Amino acid sequence: MAETRHRGAAVDIRAVTKTYGSFTALDDVSLRVEPGQFMTFLGPSGSGKTTTLNVIAGFTDLTRGEILIGDRSVGGLPAHKRNVGVVFQHYALFPHMTVTGNLAYPLKLRRVAAAERDRRVAAALDMVRLTDFAHRYPSELSGGQQQRVALARAMVFDPPLLLMDEPLGALDKKLREWLQLEIKRIHRELGTTFVYVTHDQEEALALSDRIAVFNKGRIEQVGSGSDLYDRPQTLFVGRFIGESTVLTGAHETRGQETAIRVGDEWVAAPGLAGEGRQALLVRPEKITLVREDAAADPALNQLSGRVGEAIYLGSGVKYEVTLADGSRGVVRMALTDRPFALGEPVRMRWRKEDARLLPDDGSSLAAQSGEEP
Amino acid sequence: MRDFFSPGRNSFWLVLPALLLLLVALGYPLAQVVLRSFTDPEPGVGNYVWFFSRPVNLAVFQRTFVVAGWVTVLCVVLAYPYAWLMTSVGPNMRVLLVLCVLVPFWVSGVVRTLAWVILLQDSGVINRMIMAMGFEKIRLIRTQTGVIIGMTQVLLPFMVMPLYAVMRGIDLRLVQAARSLGARPMLAFLQIYLPLSLPGVFGGAIIVFILGLGFYITPALLGGPRATMLSTLAQQQVLQQLNWGQGGAMGVILLVATLVLLAFAGRFARRRYQMGAGGK
Repeated sequence: MAETRHRGAAVDIRAVTKTYGSFTALDDVSLRVEPGQFMTFLGPSGSGKTTTLNVIAGFTDLTRGEILIGDRSVGGLPAHKRNVGVVFQHYALFPHMTVTGNLAYPLKLRRVAAAERDRRVAAALDMVRLTDFAHRYPSELSGGQQQRVALARAMVFDPPLLLMDEPLGALDKKLREWLQLEIKRIHRELGTTFVYVTHDQEEALALSDRIAVFNKGRIEQVGSGSDLYDRPQTLFVGRFIGESTVLTGAHETRGQETAIRVGDEWVAAPGLAGEGRQALLVRPEKITLVREDAAADPALNQLSGRVGEAIYLGSGVKYEVTLADGSRGVVRMALTDRPFALGEPVRMRWRKEDARLLPDDGSSLAAQSGEEP
Repeated sequence: MRDFFSPGRNSFWLVLPALLLLLVALGYPLAQVVLRSFTDPEPGVGNYVWFFSRPVNLAVFQRTFVVAGWVTVLCVVLAYPYAWLMTSVGPNMRVLLVLCVLVPFWVSGVVRTLAWVILLQDSGVINRMIMAMGFEKIRLIRTQTGVIIGMTQVLLPFMVMPLYAVMRGIDLRLVQAARSLGARPMLAFLQIYLPLSLPGVFGGAIIVFILGLGFYITPALLGGPRATMLSTLAQQQVLQQLNWGQGGAMGVILLVATLVLLAFAGRFARRRYQMGAGGK
């Protein structure tokens, strides 16, 4: 498919607002997707990520703001004139057409000559490795095969932008992981701009060049996976991406550090607190678990608790530690000769610079699971 | 994995009462009608020869199919947007739309037909409106047009309900998908939505057409002698002239014609794809 290789189009979302009556689905969202980039919209359901996708595709009108695809403003452009490929969660294959019929459909609409059409359908089928299934009907394919047909159909007419709305949401885990690799390969080979919507943070981390985290109709943060994991700018992002120990409580400033009280112990992180309640966020692999009799180290933060749960992960162990104030610490460690027992009193330790000080935005644990709070 | 509620080999007796009723109440009389059409007044195919040799019979036979055909076409045209609207409105509005279809359905056909008599007669509501607008009055009652209007209204629910059932199952994201692939709204409808709704159109059309062929009350009350349909003719033969043989032959001819038509329609309407794939 070397001849179809091209740079994708940039997408510029400028101050877009979408309201339904009194409900604000999108609140002044601005975002730029660079040409050829793999951008993921990540967030819990109802956070505005799918609305943003629908606004780009032209399925939903926007209330205010502007959207540019390439250097063309698409505000007044109906969906069928935007030349954007869309992959739907439930595939949306035409049940009365064969796989070939589905793929040829966008080409027929563009009046591509029959010979050229056959060639491009064959090339797209080859791309998703479904050449042998060309004459099947969608109902005769498995879920994963249907999704690959949907992907082929969305790219067969060479759109400079491909939108995917939770395309793997209905598939089981193994198939999902394999298709993630396929999607990444196809993105690399096509060079098209991909915008991908998911509520699965692992999927977002596995696929994306950049991730935009949505929450309540706004974008919380845009960045690479490691930006979001290591340097979350809001507590919501920190909690949504990966696992973490979140500590909240009274705080005070100590020189260039801010200390937070947990039970009757204090832990500190570099940085000065802003207004309101503060939280400390620590990633599980930054924390070490030690026994009560271990020697104190003033350079480290330290909190006492009891092992509430030990989960064997194969590559290591994940401990959940119940802390003095009832909150939950998460620690991931390599396997040791003497594993910690349930209920055993332990101490969590981490370097002060490994904790991140963030304003407490009240985001809940429920948000992590992608469920409505 | 067979439990109490799953139909097993021994569940056949469950259909026996209905089967017996059909046999006694439909099978036996029907067999009698067929038998008499060949034996009354004398054995042979005389009644059938009589039917096909009389131009007036053939005219009525043809008219029956023409009227049923027009009623079917009108029902499709009227029911299609209506059923579509039912799938696209909110639940309260939907209940209202369903009621609008079903309430007339619950009113006796005779009463509804008499209502049409009032509307269609020469000094009726429709003609008075036409005259008030300054046009010549139109003869509607005791014409084929009047019969078609009345039958269309009576049979409309049989078209709306199957259409709605099929349309409800069409995944509207398919239309969105077609739009994203470059189809104008009209093309997306013609190439995606319409083909997927055709099973409902065929289903409803077959029911309406077959009911229309055998319709009795509405044509009898709204149509005059010039708009007689086959069932009226058969009724006259049997009940007024006590001519069981000729009336029976008419019934048998109508039945055979219907079965032939059904066989063709069934072949035409059979689709290779399964509805609901790639969606719900």
